[in-house]
Amino acid sequence: MIWNETKECMSRDQMTALQSARLVKLVDYVYHNVEFYRKKMQAIDLMPGDIKSIEDIVKLPFTTKDDLRDNYPFGLFAVPNSEIVRIHASSGTTGKATVVGYTRYDLDIWAECVARCMTMAGVGKDDIIQIAYGYGLFTGGLGAHGGAEKIGATVVPMSTGNSKKLTTMMVDFGATAIACTPSYLLHISEVLESEGLLDQIKLKSAICGAEPWTEKMHREIETKLNIKAFDIYGLSEIMGPGVACDCEFHRGLHVCEDHFYPEVLDTKTLTPLADGETGELAFTTLTKEGIPLIRYRTKDLTSIDHSTCECGRTSARISRFKGRVDDMLIIRGVNVFPSQVEAALVEVDMVTPHYMMIVDRVNNLDTLEVQVEMDPRYYTDEIRVIESLTKKIAHVIQQALGLSAKVKIVEPQTLVRSEGKAVHVIDKRKLY
Amino acid sequence: MFAKQLTVFIENRSGRLSEVLGVLKQNNVNILSLSLADTTEFGLLRLIVDNAALGKEKLTESGFSSLLSNVSIIQIPHKVGSLQELLKVIDDNGINIEYMYGLSIESEEAYVVLKASDIAKVDEILTDNGIKTISCDDLASL
Ligand SMILES: [Zn+2]
Repeated sequence: MIWNETKECMSRDQMTALQSARLVKLVDYVYHNVEFYRKKMQAIDLMPGDIKSIEDIVKLPFTTKDDLRDNYPFGLFAVPNSEIVRIHASSGTTGKATVVGYTRYDLDIWAECVARCMTMAGVGKDDIIQIAYGYGLFTGGLGAHGGAEKIGATVVPMSTGNSKKLTTMMVDFGATAIACTPSYLLHISEVLESEGLLDQIKLKSAICGAEPWTEKMHREIETKLNIKAFDIYGLSEIMGPGVACDCEFHRGLHVCEDHFYPEVLDTKTLTPLADGETGELAFTTLTKEGIPLIRYRTKDLTSIDHSTCECGRTSARISRFKGRVDDMLIIRGVNVFPSQVEAALVEVDMVTPHYMMIVDRVNNLDTLEVQVEMDPRYYTDEIRVIESLTKKIAHVIQQALGLSAKVKIVEPQTLVRSEGKAVHVIDKRKLY
Repeated sequence: MFAKQLTVFIENRSGRLSEVLGVLKQNNVNILSLSLADTTEFGLLRLIVDNAALGKEKLTESGFSSLLSNVSIIQIPHKVGSLQELLKVIDDNGINIEYMYGLSIESEEAYVVLKASDIAKVDEILTDNGIKTISCDDLASL
């Protein structure tokens, strides 16, 4: 089933023409409504009239997460607050959130894109779907919710945190689909197994996203639950979940290209790469009103394929991610930067600035351990001093990341001090 | 009288305790008493040695974090109930004991190492009550 055959299966020529027309309109729109873009364009002597087709996109400046942060909270909005009907936010490097705003039209487009993804995953109006992403500032819950309602499915807004209730309702309601992070779904499958409920579920499809996952996890989910699992991609800056999704052939994620123009850029020269070459993914929001972004650099490494998929869709497909350009980690769906931990540790007197973050996945849930060295001036002969220090560090890290971490005080000089860029992260999850 | 205690922070990994003891042995630092307080993540090895300053220096050179702190080494009669009597004296004065560990050397006398919230006050109380405290050197020469 294809939700919007006109858009998802249009010829490449038609798509290019549509993208060109939308880009021309977008550039004119941001030039007149977003001071940030007007100044950026003026700085390089670029006028809206210079952009005549989608090929001209390379003339336009890039946008980064820093730009969003520097213009916190509403600086990049193109419409007054009277037009904004929803705000979402995600955490940034310095604790300042990245804030995005949606007009009613933006929410309609979002639901449309998620509807395409749900349909791709075989979910329709006869299905009962549990949305088990967090509801709130995070785009996952409400984003998936809107799309699921649009296709007319019976939506159960579970949110996260209560696995027992989720599994009980999954069985009692006869839920046929679920949307959540892949690691949470694996956890759920274990809960079902331990409660002997695996043969009582009616689940058919899972739409998983918000964190990278491996092919192995994909297979494990499908085998364990006897379902089909689909990868949904999105980021709040661009929209939220639904920017791209994979179909039953799993040959990369179909991008909703009529709304989000994808480019894969050479990581050094930032020039667009040919199909099949790996680089940084960037998006231009072709139709967004609230916070339109031009050539937004996602930091995700991928390659692109414009050939027609076996499913019949002509939309470009991005490959499973091959890594990140920067040091951002995604732990339990939360964006985490090592610099946040560093900043948090400065608040604690008794430790050195050396630290190591060890990320792992235990029983399918991400774990974070932060190792720190005690400052020699504060050595103690009392256990409780070290224990209260451990608690204090755990507290400041929780405050900084919004994520609980296990804190371990280690012996002096045991944390790696490398020359140049220090290594602060050991990610044992092997997600890429 | 106070005695210097040497405390070493040890992560709970195999062989670490033995490495600490190895450093002390190589430098001829004699251990008179010890206690190991441990949690699942780390341990604190508290030592009474004949030369605490040398021990600390050598441990630091070997990359261990160690600390010298004042404790009381208290002499008590080596008989049933004497430890409780000592604690009663301390409790009665409202002093909090942080930790304590014991050693007995002779048949007549026993010794306990004690760290309290206010060690100066403890020393005063012990003197007032005619309870003897000794130094590490005293202990070493027994
Ligand atoms: Zn396809």
